Amino acid sequence: MPKGLSITLRQSAPIPLAVELVVASGETLALVGASGAGKSTTLRAIAGLYQAPQGRIVCNGEIWFDHQQGINVPGRRRRVGVVFQSYALFPHKTALSNVSEAMLDQPRRAREAIALELLDRVHLGDFADRLPRELSGGQQQRVALARALARDPHVLLLDEPFSAVDHPTRRAMHSLLAEIRRSTKMPIIIVSHDVEDASRGADQICYMRDGVTVEQGPTRVLLDTPHTHLSRWLKSEL
Amino acid sequence: MMDWQALRLSLLLGVLTVVILAPIALVVGRWLATTRLRGRAAIEAALTLPLVLPPTVIGFYLLVGLGPESPVGHGWISMFGQPLVFSFEGVLFASVLVNLPFAVQPTQRAFEAIGQDLRDAAATCGHSLWRTIWRIELPLAWPGIVTGAVLVFAHTLGEFGVVLMVGGSIPGETRTLALSIYDRVQAFDNASAARMAALLMAISLIAVTASFVLGGRSRKRA
Repeated sequence: MPKGLSITLRQSAPIPLAVELVVASGETLALVGASGAGKSTTLRAIAGLYQAPQGRIVCNGEIWFDHQQGINVPGRRRRVGVVFQSYALFPHKTALSNVSEAMLDQPRRAREAIALELLDRVHLGDFADRLPRELSGGQQQRVALARALARDPHVLLLDEPFSAVDHPTRRAMHSLLAEIRRSTKMPIIIVSHDVEDASRGADQICYMRDGVTVEQGPTRVLLDTPHTHLSRWLKSEL
Repeated sequence: MMDWQALRLSLLLGVLTVVILAPIALVVGRWLATTRLRGRAAIEAALTLPLVLPPTVIGFYLLVGLGPESPVGHGWISMFGQPLVFSFEGVLFASVLVNLPFAVQPTQRAFEAIGQDLRDAAATCGHSLWRTIWRIELPLAWPGIVTGAVLVFAHTLGEFGVVLMVGGSIPGETRTLALSIYDRVQAFDNASAARMAALLMAISLIAVTASFVLGGRSRKRA
């Protein structure tokens, strides 16, 4: 059974999409491009929160979406961990409950023990009883990361994890992601409009423009080679 | 002299209207908050009509629509042997209809305030639609739902025109406290009217204050 994630998406409206992505197990892909390039839509399609009219999404050999076969596994049945740009923490639940919420199929004590373990892993064990509004933006993001890991996901998706956070928070997120990369074998996709942040630690980088995945390749190769679409876009951004 | 019978009837009408409207407001309000249907604006406008139309206009249409000559009124008579208009049931029906916007709008706004990202997060946590509603949406939307219920109750207590048009003013059947006040004034019994008006105002003030307190709590939480 092939391990990893492969995505093909096609649509003409409301925004055109022509996405071809492959992320091997244990690999991190930075999906970069300007705002409105279709990065977040691609992420939502992988998570089952958006359905493109045509395409195929396969994770570890399991078909999540195939328009030809009429397969579309709902988002709640896909083992996907998502860290939303807004963090999307449930405001009426404590940090511990937010993380536990992703494991309702397990007995209460077991899920609370795992949730506490995960909060410890993101260095928030002492903040388990706090409501989201009592946490800083960076702490909220780490709770969201712990929640995303709680379902033992097959894929981890992060939507703009480095935007709207200060430098120390960004550094903390980078080191957490590095630790997750070391300890898991799942594909990770980081969506960002900031190439420098997204590409740090990423094995692959994919540049999206106007809904199209223009090029994908090893991070250093694409960044260091002149005349790639990515290099040209970066130059134009300067 | 206080018209206790009218007070009891007003309270019963208020409570029953809330009980009937609460589930309707939940379903319609959430649906309006989440649907992408093109005709949504038209549906919202139709639901708002009772707020802007004169009560006599609504009362007139209800009188015609529920009267013995109408299919609804005729069906009611063949089922229960008595007309729907000028009965408590008819007034209750009218009250539910007139109060729809008071119940639906705060509920809709409460569900709208939750935001799609929380629903998406719930889906990625493995929640079904029902589980999302039960564990995420209802705990967040309840102040709006309760606000709607309180407004409906307070508005029902004060409703005059529609009740008079559909129910007349039959003691023990359709004469609510608001109608009783009007009757007392007509009979130059201002002292009784003042007592009942003060009571109605106190009940309404308590109800509306409760809705503001709940609204404030909701804003704090957000």
